[in-house]
Amino acid sequence: MTSGTTPGAIARHDLLAPGGPRITPLALLGLGRAKRVFQRNVVVYRRGWIFIVSGFFEPFFYLVSIGLGLSKLVGAVHVGGQAFPYTVFVAPGLLAASAMNGAIFDCTFKIFFQLKIMKVYDSMLSTPLGPSDVAKGELMWAICRGGLYCGVFICVMAAFGYVGTPWVVLCLPAALCVSFAFSGVAMAGTSFMRSWQDFDFVFLAALPLFLFSATFYPLTVYPGWLQVVVRCTPLYQAVTLLRGLDLGLFTWSLLGHLAYLLAMGAAGMAVTARRLARLVLP
Amino acid sequence: MVSARRLFKHFEELVAVDHVDFDIVRGESFGFLGPNGAGKTSTMRMIACMSPKSGGELTVLGMDPETRGPDIRARIGLVPQEDSLDLQLTVLDNLMIYGRYFDLPKKVIGERAASLLEFAQLTERAHDTVEPLSGGMKRRLTIARALISEPDLLILDEPTTGLDPQARHLLWDRLYRLKSRGVTLIITTHYMDEAEQLCDRLVVMDKGKIAASGSPASLIERYSTREVLELRFPPDAGPSRNALAGIAERVELLPDRVLLYTESGDRALAEVGARGITPLTWLVRRSTLEDVFLSLTGRTLID
Ligand SMILES: Nc1ncnc2c1ncn2[C@@H]1O[C@H](COP(=O)(O)OP(=O)(O)O)[C@@H](O)[C@H]1O
Ligand SMILES: [Mg+2]
Repeated sequence: MTSGTTPGAIARHDLLAPGGPRITPLALLGLGRAKRVFQRNVVVYRRGWIFIVSGFFEPFFYLVSIGLGLSKLVGAVHVGGQAFPYTVFVAPGLLAASAMNGAIFDCTFKIFFQLKIMKVYDSMLSTPLGPSDVAKGELMWAICRGGLYCGVFICVMAAFGYVGTPWVVLCLPAALCVSFAFSGVAMAGTSFMRSWQDFDFVFLAALPLFLFSATFYPLTVYPGWLQVVVRCTPLYQAVTLLRGLDLGLFTWSLLGHLAYLLAMGAAGMAVTARRLARLVLP
Repeated sequence: MVSARRLFKHFEELVAVDHVDFDIVRGESFGFLGPNGAGKTSTMRMIACMSPKSGGELTVLGMDPETRGPDIRARIGLVPQEDSLDLQLTVLDNLMIYGRYFDLPKKVIGERAASLLEFAQLTERAHDTVEPLSGGMKRRLTIARALISEPDLLILDEPTTGLDPQARHLLWDRLYRLKSRGVTLIITTHYMDEAEQLCDRLVVMDKGKIAASGSPASLIERYSTREVLELRFPPDAGPSRNALAGIAERVELLPDRVLLYTESGDRALAEVGARGITPLTWLVRRSTLEDVFLSLTGRTLID
């Protein structure tokens, strides 16, 4: 026999339901309103699910091309005094790069479109939502979407036998931080863009990061001064963090990389909120 | 519900709202009548806590917009000048998602959305996208969306600008219904007929300043005469001000016509004929808010 709701349960539910301040985990984090912005994305992308699925192919393309191609030409790579096959070395780097690219593509085009073309935020900001709720909500969405791709990426890595150690599971939460960092900065940057032409700057910034951030080879191949420069770049931080976790090479410096990424995301979020207020609420 | 004292707003050099005072009370429908650029939208955005004031005092629903923005917006419905519907969503989802921004339970939003779609005559289009809707439908949906939170105060910024007469009258009908339900309305418009039809009280705004305020009838009484005689002449063939002296209390020479403000249009017309002035066409009509605006500023509302 299936049981219905007892009268007592209905009464409790009614007490909690209407409008009043409900204490949920998100509300405690100050994300109670931002959640609404997230939910809008869910509804929009329920219809555009193909855009989400298309993102799953990226890890296959990366890992297949590297696995079949490059790894045949390159021998073992030494990290932290240990030797690793090239595929194992490069996979977490590609994961970081993929998290960065996903965040940048998603946040720049989408946010510009919604801010300047569709004027989505104009109507959001005529409700109790404020600029920081909008910034947080869009970031929540970007991080979840990024996390989904990174999860798939890690599964593909595992399927191909490219993972270093079981610690690779830590790469997922770490990849969320990478996604947070780049999404935040990408959104902040987008808020300064005047036209689609300005997107050229995005590629101008993303491509060298992708190629030079010790993604494909260890930092030690660079001369000393260049090493210093590369160490400061955000993708290097992300690559090093994910590689350290994947290979199980735990050092205190990993916390430094993590802090760098979190600070970057928080700064991006704050700037985005301020810019939204300036642009939409003049 | 809303009270402004020496409210001031500027954008860089440009003064948009220049020290205005007004009070809006519960249940009335209050109008801001003025031409483009008068500062109506800027004033609405300050009331809706979507634009910080540059100076003066403003209280909305007893709260200060600077510190209580989200609380005020929770109780306001805004129909902005430009429809800002969510084009990535369907008609129904526009209502559903907007209601979620107000933290309303889904069930409540669903019930309200159904009756609001009925109200906006969009029930059949519930699952269509917004893009192909006509201007009038989009406007009605925007109003329905603003009502989803059952606001105490509904702000309508030029609700019928750009609509054809039929769509306008349908919208007016919907606004009457809201008014009779006791919703406090703030309406901006540059159509004098809209202001006369919908507003209990209004302010006439020009260049950021309030030129006059009162009920439509009292404004007409104070700033105009009972009747107006409109005369049309061929281009550059109109009579001079001297030729018309003494016929009416006030004479306005516009590029395309001459307006004579008088208690009796017929008597003035007879006098015009007696002086041998022959217009192409003529018309005797009641004074309107357009005449009030003309007498206050020397310009027409729509140029
Ligand atoms: N965001 C803005 N930045 C600069 N100037 C603005 C802005 N919004 C309005 N203005 C100016 O303020 C003046 C009043 O505009 P507005 O309030 O839109 O008038 P109305 O709604 O009566 O047509 C206009 O001269 C307009 O150009
Ligand atoms: Mg306006």
